Amino acid sequence: MTRIVGIDLGTTNSLVAYMDQGTPRVIPGRTGRSMVPSVVAMTDNGLIVGDSAKEHLIRNPERTIYSVKRFMGKGLADVQGELAYFPYHLTEQGGVIRIKVGEKAYSPPQISAMILKELKYRAEAHLGENITKAVITVPAYFNDSQRQATKDAGMIAGLEVLRIINEPTAASLAYGLQKRTQGTIAVYDLGGGTFDISILKLKNGIFEVLATNGDTHLGGDDFDHRVADLLIKDVRTQHGIDLASYPDHMQAVRLEAEQAKIRLSDEFKTTATLELPDGKGRFTREVTRDQLESMTTDLIDRTLGPCRQALKDAGLTPDNIDEVVLVGGSTRMPLVRQRVHDLFGKPPHCELNPDEVVALGAAVQADILSGGTTDLLLLDVTPLSLGIETMGGVMSSLIRRNTTIPASTKEMFTTYVDGQTGVDIHILQGERELVKDNRSLARFRLKIPPLPAGVPRIEVTFLIDANGILNVSARDVRTGETQSIAVKPSYGLADEEVERMIGESFKFAAEDLRARQLIEASTEAEAMLRATEKALKQGGHLIGEQERSAIRASMVALESAKAGSDHKVIRARMTELEQTTHHLAEVLMDTSLKEALENKKLSEIT
Amino acid sequence: MDHHTHNTTGRRELQMARSMCWHCQSEIAGEYFCERCVKVQPVSKELDYFTCLGFPRRLTIDQNALEAKFYELSRAFHPDFYQNKSVAEQAISLDNSALLNTAYRTLRDPIQRAEYLLDLEAGAAKEIRTSPPADLFEEIIELQEILDEYRATDRTSETEPKLRAKLQSERVALEHRQQSMETQLQQLFSQWDALQDRGEATVQARVERDRILKQMREILSNRTYVRNIVNDLVTTIAHT
Repeated sequence: MTRIVGIDLGTTNSLVAYMDQGTPRVIPGRTGRSMVPSVVAMTDNGLIVGDSAKEHLIRNPERTIYSVKRFMGKGLADVQGELAYFPYHLTEQGGVIRIKVGEKAYSPPQISAMILKELKYRAEAHLGENITKAVITVPAYFNDSQRQATKDAGMIAGLEVLRIINEPTAASLAYGLQKRTQGTIAVYDLGGGTFDISILKLKNGIFEVLATNGDTHLGGDDFDHRVADLLIKDVRTQHGIDLASYPDHMQAVRLEAEQAKIRLSDEFKTTATLELPDGKGRFTREVTRDQLESMTTDLIDRTLGPCRQALKDAGLTPDNIDEVVLVGGSTRMPLVRQRVHDLFGKPPHCELNPDEVVALGAAVQADILSGGTTDLLLLDVTPLSLGIETMGGVMSSLIRRNTTIPASTKEMFTTYVDGQTGVDIHILQGERELVKDNRSLARFRLKIPPLPAGVPRIEVTFLIDANGILNVSARDVRTGETQSIAVKPSYGLADEEVERMIGESFKFAAEDLRARQLIEASTEAEAMLRATEKALKQGGHLIGEQERSAIRASMVALESAKAGSDHKVIRARMTELEQTTHHLAEVLMDTSLKEALENKKLSEIT
Repeated sequence: MDHHTHNTTGRRELQMARSMCWHCQSEIAGEYFCERCVKVQPVSKELDYFTCLGFPRRLTIDQNALEAKFYELSRAFHPDFYQNKSVAEQAISLDNSALLNTAYRTLRDPIQRAEYLLDLEAGAAKEIRTSPPADLFEEIIELQEILDEYRATDRTSETEPKLRAKLQSERVALEHRQQSMETQLQQLFSQWDALQDRGEATVQARVERDRILKQMREILSNRTYVRNIVNDLVTTIAHT
């Protein structure tokens, strides 16, 4: 059985986890950090993802993409009004946002695929095997297009996405597994860009989602923007500088706002510091927790409506909830915890690491799919009602929100006029009465043999699978023949385009690999240089003058190789340095052994 | 576009005859898994929701037992457990799960359950009322007039409190009526279950059966009508 990993593809950070003999574990990177910032930098030396890419946000803002999750499954019109902070240029093609970097335009799934690949490499390096299958999490309130876009991203990254699973449900799996909880729980998940609330019943290993709700455009990013707006305003009034015209400074403001917000979860006041453009000095401003809270209270309150709606849909009151679980970095804010406490009338649980719990749950689900875990089962729901357009621009609901998935329904279609050869069907998702107020998912044309009006009978099956993704099939009831349907997504990549992107992704893989190897080699070289420096300090006096200068020479050689762009040269210089320091290492080892032995003797005597 | 809901629930005959395993062709008698090759079997599309969940056609159902059965069958059919199986088995798992979920959703709710049973027993779907029920006709026509008048009234006018009080008392009366309908329904449910339990095949029993079904249908459709009117009332009063 090939291994399946669990991936939390977040707005701000992403993680990969796997099941290690019944316990889910997050896979750390080289530096030991478990989170990969969801940032992609397109540098002259190639593609960089994660921590190193984050540095490019300020150095190279137009070529560094962050928060791409906000654009998944969206058209340009959907994101107007939040573009102020995004330094990169957006366009639209075929209903899909494109991010322009230099001459090239990337779709959000392509950028997400770069992050997924980084996680794939990380897992492969850690586990020492090829990783080709994954479970990827999405916000519970993601619609069909956003889910499909996530699946596309997986394919482009060379991953078979065996399941798309909802983030709060994933969290409940990890939580339930660890705590052996039974009863009704509410998972409140406020991440970097999205908010979800899910109400679940946990009983004998079954995790049944009773209701879910949320807002896919509400999260930590919005809090950061409020703080950043304040700083920008102050810089304008005190220094007469409009930071909005400096993309690099806008990113610095955003990052500083984020840090200040994070600090204010533990402290009551903090100082935000900014370098002003054109060497005009430094700007500092004190921000208090009270100020942060009054600036963001309306955002936090926006999460309460969905909570109440989910309770109502589940047929429950706050008293019926046994435990409230917090997920997502933004739930570290004291005011968020307070509001959740007030609403549910009990203190929320926050002992799990809110950053890791979703990835851990995805690993558990991956293990269920691979047949490792057999006693747990997740019964999830579809977050939004699915319907079709009927006459007068009204949506007719076919599958109601909060229906357990897989869910299917059949509709019979016929013709109005003699000889009519087709019926156009427009699929929608949402809770509103009118078509224009709901999300258009896709359109397709049902082919019908020319017959008198009302005679043809075509049965169309709408099936929402366990991923929450819609599948449509049709059957001519008279002939029994099934009909293949070409569904054209309203906000998604066409199949051919995904195919092309997979191809491109492989083509660039070699280039990416070179860039990656260079980064890895220079990081390791850096670590080696530091270690050698330390060794010289400790044991330099124990070796000869000639040997010391040989080591110094090797270090200088490695230093200059590191500044170049060939990882092979770096590796060669590293091997040389290793050889020159071989004796020193032995000497140090002997000394420390001797010391250890002496200490031992000493302790035996006393 | 013209479409109408396909009525999958209006069939009376159950397909419970012996049939063959799709995979090894050995004989099976309604089991969910073939005894010989252990392959999952497609639940017949003709199967009614009561049979699917293993419950007799009664209107009082033990919710805990229903949930336990739903969980048990979910463990048997859910696609999560078919990831390593053949494409054919995966397709069966998906269809079975979808059917199971619909069956559980329908039987879990007492009203949906009764409406579904009516479909099964009496053949046709519940008629949706567009005109008030006969015994409420005049009362409701009058209420509609007051509602229209109230909506047209200036909120600061002298007549407003009077109209409002009138609507409030109508609301109370209708809510009482809703409650009495619920009680009546509960009684009919018990009568139905008792009749089924006796299992008599007499003419009397048939007459009794038809009476219960007719009354249930009457109340279920009146209930929807009254509920809509009450909702209308509540929102109209609340909006001011």
